[in-house]
Amino acid sequence: MAHDHKHGDPLPETVLRVKSLESLLVEKGLVETEALDALIDRYENKVGPKNGAKVVARAWNDPDYKRRLLADSTAAIAEFGFTGAQGEEMVAVENTDNVHNVVVCTLCSCYPWPVLGLPPVWYKSPPYRSRVVREPREVLKEFGTELPNSTEVRVWDSTAETRYLVIPKRPEGTDGLSEEELAELVSRDSMIGVTEALSPNSAEGD
Amino acid sequence: MDSVHDMGGMHGMGPVEAEEDEPIFHGDWEKRMFAMNNAISALGVRNIDESRHARERMNPGEYLSSSYYEIWLSGLVRTLTEKGLISEEELAGAVAPRPVTTPKPALSADNVDHVMSKGGTYLVKSDLVPAFDVGQAVKTKNIHPAGHTRLPRYARGHEGVIHASYGVHVFPDANAHGPDRPQPLYNVKFSSRELWGKDGTESDFIYIDLWEDYLEEVK
Repeated sequence: MAHDHKHGDPLPETVLRVKSLESLLVEKGLVETEALDALIDRYENKVGPKNGAKVVARAWNDPDYKRRLLADSTAAIAEFGFTGAQGEEMVAVENTDNVHNVVVCTLCSCYPWPVLGLPPVWYKSPPYRSRVVREPREVLKEFGTELPNSTEVRVWDSTAETRYLVIPKRPEGTDGLSEEELAELVSRDSMIGVTEALSPNSAEGD
Repeated sequence: MDSVHDMGGMHGMGPVEAEEDEPIFHGDWEKRMFAMNNAISALGVRNIDESRHARERMNPGEYLSSSYYEIWLSGLVRTLTEKGLISEEELAGAVAPRPVTTPKPALSADNVDHVMSKGGTYLVKSDLVPAFDVGQAVKTKNIHPAGHTRLPRYARGHEGVIHASYGVHVFPDANAHGPDRPQPLYNVKFSSRELWGKDGTESDFIYIDLWEDYLEEVK
């Protein structure tokens, strides 16, 4: 089947072509090998969903911060130093008892890098991109998220340079937890909006 | 362009399947591909809309059977070839690499964090006054440009309400092909029933960022 090679099993000619392209670009002075290494290190080790979790945990814990986050998300997120490529214009959207938000990019794979890092394969995949705008509740069920019919679902299709971050609902039983402890409950998937935040009893991280 | 990259609402794609371990990169080639694409951005030889349009011009069958970084590979080679910066002959090693010049120098390792933390600029200083107000009913135009557009097919010819006004922005439909034509960008709220008719769901809403050129007044 065509998609059998999608996950970590590329065609040999793909691997070879990427190598040829890098050699050619380096030889032409268009890219520097060490810069490529630094880019990989940044997005493999430094920038990821732990950033977004800090933002959400503070919003849960500090009403003033939450107000700033909802009023000017880019500036409030920049307070942590999370800025730049694929997060130039951030908009945080808040889940409540009556509203559940979920984010997609149907046209490509737009995703808020400074707060979530690079997107998982499923986020970029045809099933997610095609279905979540039409049948979000069915897609959420596949992630184990069942919403009552009375909950309004808002799907955000990232067609411009605006990047959306979901603020999941603060779980029950988290009174008195520190911001660091709260951040442990904020999974990547809950900030995309396909799941709720983890409950303190079941939290095992992402 | 109306191709398979514009997949909102399509049927038959199957269930959403998350990987068990979800590595950030699958193999070294994905790392190098991701990094090359970002490093090239620093040269000032192509903008983000040209980059997206290069990817969506991939043969539709190949697009659907490719992983995301394979699509990036296709797009980057297409763009650099079209810009005259590389050639298939050079890639194949059939000819010696020709020297080229670029507006900006290659990204250095020291500069990576600075450049990536700075990002791009898409908001444009302008005196243009938005034609539509928050809360106003609008209708998307029924357009089918052969070039780049960020108005998804599933949202064409439908009525919605302006949810937010984001200011004047770079306009992808122009920026992908030549001189930009900056204009107001809005977020527009559509009901699922408006977009999908009886196959929609009563309390589902879809919010889409749309430029002024895509919209018309509801009379």
